[in-house]
Amino acid sequence: MAAAEEASRPFAGLSDVSISEDIPVEGDISVPVGSSRRDDEFSTLDEPVKETILRDLRAVGNKFIHVLYPKRSSALLRDWDLWGPLLLCVTLALLLQGGAADSDDQGGPQFAEVFVIVWFGSIIITLNSKLLGGTISFFQSLCVLGYCIMPLTVAMAVCRIVLISGSGNVSFAVRLVVVTVSFGWSTFASTAFLADSQPPNRKALVVYPVFLFYFVIGWMILTFSPSQ
Amino acid sequence: GLTTAAAAGKMSAGSGSRNTNTEPWGSFDDNLIQGGGSAVIDMENMDDTSGSSFEDMGEMHQRMKEEEEVAAEAAATEDDSAEDGEFLGMKGLKGQLGRQVADEVWQAGKRQASRAFNLYANIDILRPYFDVEPVQVRNRLIESMIPVRMINFPQKIAGELYGPLMLVFTLVAILLHGMKTSGTVIREGTLMGTAIGTCFGYWLGVSSFIYFLAYLVNAQITMLQMLSLLGYGLFGHCAVLLITYNIHFHFLFYVLWLLVGGLSTLRMVAALLSRTVGQTPRLLLCGTLSLLHMLFLLYLHFAYHKIVEGLLDSLEGPNLAPMQRVARDVPELNTTLRILGALPRAQ
Repeated sequence: MAAAEEASRPFAGLSDVSISEDIPVEGDISVPVGSSRRDDEFSTLDEPVKETILRDLRAVGNKFIHVLYPKRSSALLRDWDLWGPLLLCVTLALLLQGGAADSDDQGGPQFAEVFVIVWFGSIIITLNSKLLGGTISFFQSLCVLGYCIMPLTVAMAVCRIVLISGSGNVSFAVRLVVVTVSFGWSTFASTAFLADSQPPNRKALVVYPVFLFYFVIGWMILTFSPSQ
Repeated sequence: GLTTAAAAGKMSAGSGSRNTNTEPWGSFDDNLIQGGGSAVIDMENMDDTSGSSFEDMGEMHQRMKEEEEVAAEAAATEDDSAEDGEFLGMKGLKGQLGRQVADEVWQAGKRQASRAFNLYANIDILRPYFDVEPVQVRNRLIESMIPVRMINFPQKIAGELYGPLMLVFTLVAILLHGMKTSGTVIREGTLMGTAIGTCFGYWLGVSSFIYFLAYLVNAQITMLQMLSLLGYGLFGHCAVLLITYNIHFHFLFYVLWLLVGGLSTLRMVAALLSRTVGQTPRLLLCGTLSLLHMLFLLYLHFAYHKIVEGLLDSLEGPNLAPMQRVARDVPELNTTLRILGALPRAQ
């Protein structure tokens, strides 16, 4: 009977344990300081600014290569940054500046418009992929989408060079080809990075807004005509 | 008694998470359970009201006063008040104070964190509406062009937002394309802003308006279903506009407008008809919807359609003067108006 009661209340004995009030609770609290200072090798406080910037630029450039040669690696996802997207976005917006229509009036793609399209577009795509049950984090997706604008930025640069030489049917055909190829490239590269994080049966639903996003940007690049 | 109340509280909490707490007795039960549970939650409830009345006193003193109040409150509410009164007496005051400060810090931190993660919470709320498969989306797109002639029994309308949202974004892209080729110039604002404003404004505005009308005439439709219905109805618009912004035959546009636009409108009308009772409500609801839907397609086509022909000309840009968004004398509009005049009578 007593044993059964004991078994039914296994912690009953613990309630009797108490600390008497006349014993002051005191002692030394020492935080163990790590003897091996591993921080030293990673300290960036006293290195030259040039080195810091160069290291970051090298990381950005490394990711550019990943976009240009999109093999299924997680380098773009693992250590994301938004410097590359910012750089590409500003470059694209600057290149699209000074179009025919906005010299006298509004209507051409303006700096702010490009900026807003790129960032809000990526945010919407990211939210969409989250809603569809993707496992990628918010900034990882922003990073991938931003870096994958690079083929289109290159296409824009090519278009400006082509437009210097003239604006006839041949020039339009060249631009059409360049923009189409870079559009396909962007979509393919971003899909290669993003698709793994999605549920396999819903890839099409995630890819569609990405396709639309790069299509709008590609369209802006194709319809750009400089002021004369 | 207490266990059944707890079960009821749990059930109401379970349903409250979905219905955002519609039953008043549900929350009452919850409070009852919380009051019975512990005094810490009482302190939390006291937090906002008791802080204001002791403004001029020192912080320490204020805390002690609050403490006494809480203790009194706890003693009043608890059934076994004698035991708790002794526990919350002067002896346990210091421990209580520390606990309360820690609790307040924790509460403040939690509030900050919850504000920061509000975005993710909202995503979780929206997630059920995006739970679709590609095949389902494709089927719904096709079904949006097939009117169902069953109006005696309420038709099924899927409450889903992925398809509608993507269709609206597609329409934005198509409109941008149309504005570019037509050389539309907008004085205040950008092309992008105008396109987004037009599409989302139509989708949300007309859905809300029709939902309001449906509420007035007692039709069985929810806001979500209305959004989904009208969103999928935009598929016809996207198809028509994509074709007619690139192929410039007015005849082709009118044929597509009547055929494709008409089919998608009929589909929505049939769905609404099956969920409404009575002649006048049906006429009002479906007449308004079909008029708005057909006119919107007409507006989108003519507002951003390029009248000067040739796609390449506008791509080369500056040689033609940019068009203004002013009323133009379009001869086709007259025939359009005549057709429109005949349309409501036909239905």
